[in-house]
This record gives sequence, C-alpha cells and structure tokens, in this order.
Amino acid sequence: MNAAIDLDADALIKVERLSAHFPVKSGFFGRPSAWIRAVDEVSLAIRKRETLGLVGESGCGKSTLGRTILALRRANGGSVHFEEKSVLDLPPEDLKALRRHMQLVFQDPFASLNPRETVGRAVRTALDLHKIGTARERTDAVSEIFRQVGLHPALMDRFPHEFSGGQRQRVGIARAIVLRPKFLVCDEPVSALDVSIQAQILNLLKDLQQQLGLTYLFISHNLAIVEHMADRVAVMYYGRIVEIARRDELYARPRHPYTKALFAAVPIPNPRQRTLDIQMRGDPPDPTRMPSGCRFRNRCPYAMDRCAQEEPALIEMAPDHRVACWLDS
Amino acid sequence: MSSLALERAVEARAVIRRAGWRWTLRQLFRKRTALIGGAVVLFLIVCALWAPDFVPYDPFKVNTLNRLKPPSAAHWLGTDELGRDLLSRVLIGARFFVLVCLISVSIAASVGVFLGLIAGSGPSWLDVAVMRVIDVMLAFPYILLTLAIIAILGPSLWMAMISVGIAGIPGYARLVRGEVLAVKQEEYVEAMRALGAGPAAIMVRAILPNVASSIIIYMSFQMPLAVLAAAALSFLGLGAQPPLPEWGAMLVNARTFLRTAWWTSAAPGLAIFVSILALNLLGNALRDVLDPKSK
Repeated sequence: MNAAIDLDADALIKVERLSAHFPVKSGFFGRPSAWIRAVDEVSLAIRKRETLGLVGESGCGKSTLGRTILALRRANGGSVHFEEKSVLDLPPEDLKALRRHMQLVFQDPFASLNPRETVGRAVRTALDLHKIGTARERTDAVSEIFRQVGLHPALMDRFPHEFSGGQRQRVGIARAIVLRPKFLVCDEPVSALDVSIQAQILNLLKDLQQQLGLTYLFISHNLAIVEHMADRVAVMYYGRIVEIARRDELYARPRHPYTKALFAAVPIPNPRQRTLDIQMRGDPPDPTRMPSGCRFRNRCPYAMDRCAQEEPALIEMAPDHRVACWLDS
Repeated sequence: MSSLALERAVEARAVIRRAGWRWTLRQLFRKRTALIGGAVVLFLIVCALWAPDFVPYDPFKVNTLNRLKPPSAAHWLGTDELGRDLLSRVLIGARFFVLVCLISVSIAASVGVFLGLIAGSGPSWLDVAVMRVIDVMLAFPYILLTLAIIAILGPSLWMAMISVGIAGIPGYARLVRGEVLAVKQEEYVEAMRALGAGPAAIMVRAILPNVASSIIIYMSFQMPLAVLAAAALSFLGLGAQPPLPEWGAMLVNARTFLRTAWWTSAAPGLAIFVSILALNLLGNALRDVLDPKSK
C-alpha cells in the first residue's frame, strides 16, 4: 500500500462516527437501566483490496463493529458507506441487493452452519435468494466454489456434522464468496480451529483475496495472525479505535500505551529478549460505566490529569498513522 | 451397560444432525418398545378403518337374552347390559380413538405451532399479546378448560374433540415460541440474514426444520393425554353419547355393573390402557431418537 494515498480517495468502505449500543436490561418491565456502548463513534476507512486488521481484547466491540458495518444489527448513530452508497437505513430490497457485495465469515464453523441442511444447500441458498442463474447453473456454481475453497464437489450432499472444523470453515467461506462479494468481514475466522489448520485457512483467505480482488476487515485478537494477514491494523479499546496505522509501522512503532501493552502481553519464546516494559494496571473497566475522558486512563501507566478531563481524538501523528492519546500530541 | 448408554447417546446425536427422516424411522424401529407401540397403533388404525368388516357381531345389535354374559368362546370379552358383544364394540371404538388423536392433536398442533411461530418471530407487541392469551388459557386446569369450552360448544363427540384440541393449544404455542427464540439466536440464522434472506425464507429454511423434531416429540406425548381427556369427557357425559361405542362412554354405562359384571368395564378400560401405553412407548422411543438432550 502506498502511504501517500489519501485515506478517503480509494476507500471501499467508509465508516463515520458509527455507534452501536446494547441495552442492559435490569429495570422493571425490562426497561434498560444502562447501555453498553459497544461501538462508540468509530470512524475508519477500508481501502479497495486491502486487509484492515482489527485487534482488541475480548468484548471490546470488534465483532459488533463488523456486524454493524454489514447492517446486521442496528446502528445507534453514524454512517457507513459502501462505494459511496449509504448502507444503513436502506429499504429491505436495496439492502438485499447490497448484501451481494458484502459478506461475513463467522468465527465458529460449528454454530454458523445449519445442522439440518446439507453444506451444498447452505452455499446454494445465497444463489436461490438472489435468483442467480438456472437450477443447473446454480449447482455448477456451487461445485465450482467448492473446488475454489479446496473441497471436493462430491461433498455437497453431506451434512455439517460430517466435516472437520477446517472443512466446515471452508464451507463457511464458500457460502460467503459464492455471491462474488467485494467486501468480506472475517470475524475471527480461525480462532475456533486447531493451530495446524489455521494456516491453511489463512492462506486460503489470502489466495481468494488475490483471485477475487476482495477487501477484508479481518477481526482477531491474535496479533501474530493479524500481522500475517493485514495491510493496515486498527486497535480497538472498548468501543473506540485508539490507534490505526500501516501494519509494519504499527508493529515497529506502536504509539498508544494500550497498543504497547498488547504487544508486551505477547509472550516471546526467548528468555533473554526483554519485552516492552509496559504493563496495564487494574482490571478491564465496567463497560456500562466508562471512565471520563480517555477510557484507557485507569489502566494506563502514563495517565495524566488531562486524560480524565478530555477524550483524545484520533489524530494523524505520522503518515497514515493515527493515534488517540494525549501523550503523543 | 454404560457403553450401551453411550452408544445410544451418540446415535441420538448423530440422528438429529443427520436430519434424514428415513434414517430416523429406521433408528426408531430398531427399538423394541417402538416396535410394540407401533404395532398396537397400527392395529388400532386398521380397526378404525375396517373394523365393521371383521368384527364378529353387530356392535349395536341388542340381544336381551344374552345380557351381561361373562367372556366365553362365543363372546371373547363378554356382553354388556343390552347383550351387545363387547369385543365388537371395543374394536369399533378404536375409530373414536384414532379420530380423537387426529382431530384434537391436529387442531392443537396447527393453531399452537402457528401462534408459537408468530409470537417467537414477530414484533414484540405481538409476542406479548399472544403469550398473555396463552397464559390465561394455561391458568385453567386442563380438564376444567375442556369443560368450559364444552359448556360453550355443547356436548357431543365432535365438540369434545374440538375442545380437547383447543385446550392443547397453549402447550404447543409455548414450546414453539421458546424453540424459535432459541434458534433465532443461532449464527446460521445470522448467516442467512447476511446473505439477504427475509423473515419468510429464514422461517422456512432455518427455523422450521430445527423446531420440527421438538414438535413431533411433543405431539407424541400430547396424543395420549388428548385421548384420555376425550374419554374423560365422554365418561362425564359431555362427549360421545350412547349408544356410540366410544370407550369412555362405554365405561360410564359399565360403572353400574362393576360388582356384578366386571368384564363390562374391563373391556373398554383395557382398550384405553393398552392404546395409551402403546402411544407412550412410541413417544418415548421417538424422543430417545430425536432428542439428544434427553440423555
């Protein structure tokens, strides 16, 4: 990726001030008593044919962000544009048409396939729903896709329980690409798989990206996998993007204390090599009661007075490297 | 012993994922209880369809010379107070048993499943509205509810079957609503939404196939209850009216002769007992095959 290109010029997906809140029901009559801001005014752009890695600890809103971008759950504010077209608040017919272009690969290949449907039918459903081709052509298309993801077409008539995790994930990928989408959200696509299988699936995703010109939003909590996959990386902390940069830049020079702490938490298999000397303090915050100002300040070793008063904005500190931290400005 | 239990558990789990109904049936009839239950139910269906062709006597023919005769070679189950052959009457009575099964259960299941589906998948106000009505129905004891409905519809065999059917609705509605809510949370439903499927396609392709086995299991358990309830209504004089040889109605008449002619109540009583036992055996086996959670 060329560092000089304008962020918005080449964007396939543009997310602006996107929010998604979950009600915490505990009041009488199920009235929400508090809200969790799983995604809180997030802005980012994903360029054509790139892979944007999205990292962060469990429960920080990564998956919710992915699903909100795909309009699979309601946004509580902000906008998402796909090729200049607004995704949110589309009438059902337009949204259905748009879904051909944006798909999702799930984390759990066991839960994401209907146990009462053959895998061939699961993949074919997409073609049926969008009325693509004749019955004969649909069958051919499904066997073609099966080959493309490394499954024998004869396996089409089998049920999901007859497959291994890796094979199931291949079916999940086949289902996601059968409509020839441009944009794919990969929501931790390998974290449910055996380590020995993970590399196969990751390489399959890379190959497909090459062949089909796909754009990925690659969600993971595994920094090594994101390094392998992503062109750029965004770091998320409780609903906010705290740092976003090109992969090499971010991995070489992390600027946000949270990013540094994430790297420090990765064990290095070499006892003589010192890790970055930064550690988070305390526990993860209660997501219904975020601290004022910077939401990382309770756990940040560098917290200052200013951090409690104002929330830092995501500002470009170096070419194509944005950070939301007062320390850096 | 434990390996057998494990084997059965694995079998059941495989079947539910396998989804093939033919295979399910084959598994089912590998169980002896299912075979016995199935044979009795099959016999009852044959009786319901063709009993008039093979019963030894006319079940309505009064023969006062032959009244209250104990079981003998001529009358295997004896005769009742009007000299009618009890075996013939019991066999013909299978017709009402099958009718009750079909009509009550299909009313209860079709309306209940429909209500459960719209409550589970519709907007929340519809869910609340439907489930409050269901709660009101559930607040009445089952028999009291059927009695109340009979009181409105008037006593007859048909009305008894309809009322038993209506009283069965809440059970299905609650079961299906719960299952739909659970299945709706599954990732494969979200995957279908991501592909652009509307609510109808999701209902037909994802939710119904995954709810179907629960419905079938529940039906097999509700059927004997429905038969008993209908017999009870007849016993109370609110269902089948004499001289119809419905088993519950036959019991009412026989009650008077319990001490002098036990066979008059034993014949319909045994018929009820055996048929309900058969349904329960079949239902149990079906649950074992379809529901891995019961293990």
